[in-house]
Amino acid sequence: MPDWTKYVRENLPGGGFRGELGAEIQEEIATHLEDAYAEALRRGATEDDAVARALAEVDDWERLAERIAASRRRAAEAWGTEGAEATEAALRRRGGGWGAAADMLQEFRYALRRLKKAPTFTVVVLLSLGVGIGATTAIYSVVKGVLLDPLPYPEPDRLVAVWNSAPGSGEALLPQSFGVNAVYEDDARSFESVGIWGTTTSLVNGEDGPEEVPAVAVTHGLFPALGVQPALGRGFTFEDTQVGSPRTTILDHDYWVRRYDADPGVIGTTVIIADVPREIIGVMPEGFRVMDRPASFYHPYRYTKADLTLTQFTFRSIARLRDGVTAEQALEEMARLLPMAAERYPGGVSLEMLREIEAAPVLHSLKADLVGNVGNVLWVVLGGVGIILLVACANVANLLLVQSESQERALAVQSALGSSRRRMVLRFLTESLTLGVLGGMVGIGLAVGGLRILRAVGPADLPRLGSIDLDAGVLSLALLVSVLVGVTLGVLPLVRAWRLDLSSSLKEGGRGSGAGRRRGTARNALAAAQLALAMVLMVGSGLMIRTFISLSHVAPGFSDPDRVLTFGATATATEVPDDNDVTRAHQALADRLAQLPGVESVGLSSSVPMDGRAGFDPIYIEDFPLPEGQQAPVKRFKWIGGGYHEAIGNPLVAGRAITWDDVHGLTRVVMITEGFARRVWGDPAKAVGRRISTGFSAGDWREIVGVVGDVRDDGLDQDPVDVVYWPMAMRGFWAETSGPDALFLQRGMTYVVRSSQVGTPGFMDQVREAVRASFPGRPLANPRTMASLQHDSLARTSFTLVMLGIAAAMALLLGSIGTYGVVAYAVGQRTREMGLRIAMGAEPRVVTAMVLRQGLALGVIGVAAGVLGAAGASRLMDAVLFGVSPVDPLTYGAMAGGLLAIAALATWVPARRAARVDPMVALRAE
Amino acid sequence: MAKLIERRSGGRLTFQASSLYPVLFRMEKRGWIKGTWVEKEGERRRRFYRLTDKGERALAMQRTTWKEFTVAVNLVVEPSHA
Repeated sequence: MPDWTKYVRENLPGGGFRGELGAEIQEEIATHLEDAYAEALRRGATEDDAVARALAEVDDWERLAERIAASRRRAAEAWGTEGAEATEAALRRRGGGWGAAADMLQEFRYALRRLKKAPTFTVVVLLSLGVGIGATTAIYSVVKGVLLDPLPYPEPDRLVAVWNSAPGSGEALLPQSFGVNAVYEDDARSFESVGIWGTTTSLVNGEDGPEEVPAVAVTHGLFPALGVQPALGRGFTFEDTQVGSPRTTILDHDYWVRRYDADPGVIGTTVIIADVPREIIGVMPEGFRVMDRPASFYHPYRYTKADLTLTQFTFRSIARLRDGVTAEQALEEMARLLPMAAERYPGGVSLEMLREIEAAPVLHSLKADLVGNVGNVLWVVLGGVGIILLVACANVANLLLVQSESQERALAVQSALGSSRRRMVLRFLTESLTLGVLGGMVGIGLAVGGLRILRAVGPADLPRLGSIDLDAGVLSLALLVSVLVGVTLGVLPLVRAWRLDLSSSLKEGGRGSGAGRRRGTARNALAAAQLALAMVLMVGSGLMIRTFISLSHVAPGFSDPDRVLTFGATATATEVPDDNDVTRAHQALADRLAQLPGVESVGLSSSVPMDGRAGFDPIYIEDFPLPEGQQAPVKRFKWIGGGYHEAIGNPLVAGRAITWDDVHGLTRVVMITEGFARRVWGDPAKAVGRRISTGFSAGDWREIVGVVGDVRDDGLDQDPVDVVYWPMAMRGFWAETSGPDALFLQRGMTYVVRSSQVGTPGFMDQVREAVRASFPGRPLANPRTMASLQHDSLARTSFTLVMLGIAAAMALLLGSIGTYGVVAYAVGQRTREMGLRIAMGAEPRVVTAMVLRQGLALGVIGVAAGVLGAAGASRLMDAVLFGVSPVDPLTYGAMAGGLLAIAALATWVPARRAARVDPMVALRAE
Repeated sequence: MAKLIERRSGGRLTFQASSLYPVLFRMEKRGWIKGTWVEKEGERRRRFYRLTDKGERALAMQRTTWKEFTVAVNLVVEPSHA
C-alpha cells in the first residue's frame, strides 16, 4: 500500500499549511485517499486500479491548496461580516439614534469594500494623504517640541534671561557681570531668585585614563531660579561659591547612574576633578538640564564677593520673577539698581561709563533665549509641508471627483430607486472620512520614520531636540487634520451628487451638460492650484539653493576646511609649573606635530573661526583719539602662537605675521583683520606700523605688524567681524586688573594642523600620541575639522534646503500627476469628439496642439498664481535667506520655466494619445 | 461523508476530495461543524465532524431558504401551476 500521508505531503503545495494544523490537513486528506483506495480494493479492483481511483480523488493539487487557503481566509472575513451585521442589527433594534450609527457602520464596511476593490486608487490616495499628513505631523511635532512646549521647569512663564543693553558701546546685547548680579541678588525684590551660569569642562579619571566631561558652573541662586532642587542631597549655598570654603560639586543624574551605579551613598564622598578634590553634595533630578546643556557635574562659581568689580560682562544669567511681578516692573527696578552696582563694586566700569554706554537692563523670556532664531527655519519648513498637504488634498479631491463621476449612473439609479439623500450624504462622507483617517494612519507611520531621520539630519544646534516626540497633542492634531481632510474631500463630490441631474445622467453620453462643464472647471481649478502650490515650494527651495551657493562662496577666513584639524591642548600647572616656560612647551608640541607625515603647517590660537570662544574688549586707536565722552568700540580678541594664519589658511594682506619669537620675546605687537584696517586707515598697508591698545583707557600701545583677511566668526551667514590677534603671552596686558608687570598667558590653546592626512585613520592616533608626549596630564580636547565647524554653521541652511527641496519635489510630482490626470481624463471624455475631428480631416498635429493648449493653460494659470503666492510667502523666508532677494528674478524665472516644462510634459502624453485616436473605434464605442 | 452524499443523491452528486475539504474547513471556521480526531486500535486516526448548535440553526435557515427558492423556481419553470 502506498504511504498516503507521504504522498499528500509531497503533492500538496504546502506553503500555507505548516505546523500542526498543516499536518492535520495532510493527514485528513491522506485518510480520505486511503479510504478510496481500500474501497476500490474491496470492490475487486486491482492494486493499480485502486491506486488510480484514489489518485483521481484529487485532480489538481494546486487548486486544492488554493481553495483550502481561501476557505480559511474567507472564513475569517465572513466572520467579520457576520459580526458587523449582527452589531448593526442589534443597533437597529435599539432604535432612535442607534439606527444612524448602524447605517454609518454599514457604510464604513461598504466604503472599505469599495476601496479594496480599487486598490490602485486606494494606494495612490492613501499615499498622497499619508505623505501630506505625515510630513505635517512630523514637522509640527518638531515645532511643538522646540517652540511651543513650555520649558521643563516649574512655572516657566516666570523665567527670564537677564541681559544688559549698551548701545553706546556698540554692543546691542551685553551679557551679565558678577557685580550686577550680586546687586540683583541682594536688592531686586522683583526676583524670587537670580543666578549666573556657564558651560565648562571637568577633567576626571575615566575608565581609559583622564577624560574631559561637560560641566555647568552656577551661582547659588541659579537652581532656585529655575525652581529645581537636587533629588538627593542639598543644593549650593552662598558659602559654596565663596573662595576659601570647601570645594563642592553636584552630580548629573545620568552620570550618577552611569559612573556611580545610582548609589545614594555617594553624597559626602570626594571626587577628584582636575587634580582638585571636591565633595559631592547632591544629585540633580533625572532629565534636569540648564538650558539644554549636557553636563556631568554642576560646580559652584567661586569668587570673593567683597572683591567684585564691575567688569567681565560675559556671563549668562537667569532669574525667576516673583509671582505677580511683570517684566516691566522688574525692568524698572533693575534700571534703578544698575548704577548702584558701579558704586558698590568699584574698580571696573564707573558710574559715568555706565551712563556713556547708555547701559540698561534687558529681560528676555527664557524660552525665546533658548530657542533663538531657529523658529524662522521651523516655521518656514512647517509652511512648506503644509503646502504639501494642500497639494495632496487637491490631488485626492480630483481623484475623488473623477471616481464619483464614474459612479454617477449607479448613483442616479440608486436615487431613482428611492435611496434617500441622507443615505447619500452618509455614503460620501463615510468614504472620504475613511480615506482621511486611513491616510492619517499612514501619515503617522511615515511621521514616526520621518522623525527618526529628522533627529539624525536636523541641525546640530537645534535646541531641545530631546523634547521632540509624537506625543498625545501631536497625535490628536494629526487625527483632527485627517478628519478635516476627510470631511473636506467628501464635500466636493457630495455637492456634485446633490445637484445630480437624474435624467441627464441616465441618458447615454450626457456629457455636454452644464454640470459637466462645472465639473471640468472644478478639476481644472484643482490642477492649477496644485501647480501654483508646487511653484511656491519650488521658488522656496530655489531661493534656498541660491542661499546655499552664496554661503559656499563667501570667504570665511580659512581655506581647505577638510584638511584642517583643530583640537584643544592645555599646558597644566603640574606639567609646566613655570609660567615663563609655557609658550616654549606649546611650541615644542607644535614642532612635534609639524614632523608628522603630510603636515604642512601647525599654528595655535585661543579661538578658531566660528567656535564662539573669542573674547570682547574695547580698542583704542592712537591715530584717532576718542572725543570726550565717547566709548571705545568693542572688538573681538584672539590670542595666537606662531604660524596660526598660515595653518588656518587666512592670507596676509599686509605686513608680517606674529611669530614664535614675538611670543617668547613678549614683543608689543598685534595683528588685525582687513575690514578693521580699511575702515580706520582706508588701506590695509597703511595700518601696518600704527598702534592700538585696550583696557579701561588708552595708553598701552602695541604696534600693528600685519593685516589678515576678514573672518566670519559668527557663522558663514553673518557679516565678518573685526578681530584683533594678540600674542598668546604678553607683559602688562590689561594692567588695570592684573598689574603693570604681570605676565598675561594663555595655557589652553586650540591647535590648527593643516595636513593632507587629516581624516585618515592613523593620523588622529599620531596626533593624540604627540599631545600625550607633550602634555600627559590632559587629553586632547574636542578634535574636529574646520569642515565640521563650517558644516555646523551651514546646518540650518542645508536643513531648510533639504526639507523645502523634498517638499518641492513631492509637490511637483503630485502637481504633474494632477495635471496629467485632468488632461488625460478630459481627453478620455472627448474621445468621440477627437475621433470626429480626425474623421473630418483634422491633422493629428492640430489635435495634439489642442490638448497641449489645455495643459499649458493650466500651467500658465498655475505659474501665475504661484508667482504671486511665492512673492508673498518668500518674504516670510527673509530671515533664512542669504545673498539673494526674496523676489530674485532668476529663481522665479527658472522655476516658472521648469514648472511649465513639467506641465507640458504631463500634457504631452495624453495629447499624443488624442492624436492617435482611431475615428472608427472612437465612433463605434458610443 | 462523500459516499453518503453520493448514495443519497442516487449517484447524481459526487464530491471529490478537492471540493469536499475546502467546504468542510470553511464550515468549521464558521462554527457550523466541529471536527474531532478519533483514534482506534490498529487503524489510522480519523477526523469526525459533528453539527454544532449554530450549524443546526444555519442548516434550518438554509433548508427554509432552499425550499422557498425551489418552490419559487418550480412556480416559474412549471407554468401549469400559475
